[in-house]
Amino acid sequence: MRRRIFPLIGLAVFMMLPPLATWIGEPYLVSTFTRIVIFAIAAVTLDLLIGFGGMVSFGHAAFFGLGAYVSGIIAHHAAEQITLFGLPATDQALIIWPLAILVSAAAALVIGFLSLRTSGVHFIMITLAFAQMLYFLFVSMEKYGGDDGLMMLERNPLPGLDMSDDWSFYYLCLGLLAVVLFILGRLINARFGMVLRSIKQSGPRARSLGISSLAYRLTAFCIAGAGAGLAGALMANHNGFVSPALLHWTLSGDILIMVVLGGIGTLYGPVLGAVIFLALEEFLPLAFEGAGLPGFKEHWRVVFGPLLIVIVLFAKSGLYGFLLGKEAADV
Amino acid sequence: MSEPALSLSGLNKRFGAVVAADNLELEVAAGEIHALIGPNGAGKTTLIAQISGELAPDSGRIRFLGRDITGLAVHERSRAGLGRTYQITSVFKDFNVLNNVILAVMARKGQGFGFVRPARSDPTLRDPAMEILRQMGLEARARDKAGALSHGEQRQLELALALALKPKLLMLDEPMAGMGPEDGQNMVEFLQGLKGDCAMLLVEHDMDAVFALADTISVLDYGRLIASGPPETIRTDEAVRRAYLGTD
Repeated sequence: MRRRIFPLIGLAVFMMLPPLATWIGEPYLVSTFTRIVIFAIAAVTLDLLIGFGGMVSFGHAAFFGLGAYVSGIIAHHAAEQITLFGLPATDQALIIWPLAILVSAAAALVIGFLSLRTSGVHFIMITLAFAQMLYFLFVSMEKYGGDDGLMMLERNPLPGLDMSDDWSFYYLCLGLLAVVLFILGRLINARFGMVLRSIKQSGPRARSLGISSLAYRLTAFCIAGAGAGLAGALMANHNGFVSPALLHWTLSGDILIMVVLGGIGTLYGPVLGAVIFLALEEFLPLAFEGAGLPGFKEHWRVVFGPLLIVIVLFAKSGLYGFLLGKEAADV
Repeated sequence: MSEPALSLSGLNKRFGAVVAADNLELEVAAGEIHALIGPNGAGKTTLIAQISGELAPDSGRIRFLGRDITGLAVHERSRAGLGRTYQITSVFKDFNVLNNVILAVMARKGQGFGFVRPARSDPTLRDPAMEILRQMGLEARARDKAGALSHGEQRQLELALALALKPKLLMLDEPMAGMGPEDGQNMVEFLQGLKGDCAMLLVEHDMDAVFALADTISVLDYGRLIASGPPETIRTDEAVRRAYLGTD
């Protein structure tokens, strides 16, 4: 029962956030909410790997950053009117965003193919290493701003929508999060999802039933990479700016924490994780200031760290598991 | 005489100084129950791992239904019709019982790449899976989590997973291990009922079960095959008595 209601309540709350922000006289908060929704997309796709596929990837920022850079670079070419690979560049979202998804999926295919030969700690380290390789690649690309990153003059236009309007952009991102959740929800209960979850539970047993685990895990890796690429493209549009920080390993860590916080192996948990993580990041510093402790402002993680430990120790399926009890598990 | 279901030739496997398979030659005839016995550490489980493809032999060939499978991966061998159960129960504990078998049916059909329709409500998967559960007497437990089953029921589910593959050769690694006398007797009767559907390679320590079921018994000791033949011959074989059955 709670399982059915929770997503609906969540959706209703997300729908009401922008008017709420205006009502309390803090309209800039819409930008924070957009950030939350975008990171939620990245987090739910990472949970497909960790929670349903048993692949603890520590390099999800690679696909996020790639998606962002695809957006940034093409928009840059369009603005400067220089061709890209001999083709005229465009700034249309309907072309750029699918390309971002495609490039991230292709990168995931290559990185996944090489990384999935390992497992456990080795897998964590190799995905981290690939992400850092891409990070340094973009740091060294002087043509696209190197360390300083690349500005985007305006958001990629989408027919029928005023992209410069923050409310429109927020609702667009929210709609895309809903689409991603819908797709993943079908996926994990379809044949593919069952096979993936069986491999997580026992790889040797699945193989002895005739299941080729690499093919399934690699497909999941590509789907997750594609989702992160979409999130990255949205983030580039949201910030109007891309930089190598979007590929940095600390960002992979942040997304990972959102998944753990919200609930590994639950569909909606990581959304909750993104909300809590980014809300704390935003408001804890303010809370310290308000409490007369401005010195702690920079160190909001002082509170965040212990909180994470408590959640990991006491709520096995994260906050979502805590809220839903036994209903949280997707069987 | 038809082609043997399985034939091993010149199989060798060593772990340092430990010899797990010493120039093994073994044939499992089509449709027979072939029991593999021997003291602990004789190399029985290692041999099953080599046949199923989890371990590669140092040398030698494995032929299955006339086809050389020595170089095939685990999942390719099971797709060819090689089913197995594990000595330590290995079922998908987070799935319910029905979903366990649905997964195996899906794997047999090679239809894992469906992304949209829910697998558990697909009649082409659910009906054959329920049929197997009925056969195993696990029907009433279909909706329960596999991890919540009793040990004996988990052993039955383990066998149900292997049967869902409709194997041509079924390798059973101590199917009665940890079962009480009653469950053990039920298992013996169940396996007797399967006779003729597929060939079986049975590793078992319960000698009553072995002598009740087997058409042929092979005795393994330190990776060597010291005897092979019908039960009556094995019971009276001198070398076997010394190595294993004990002199009385």
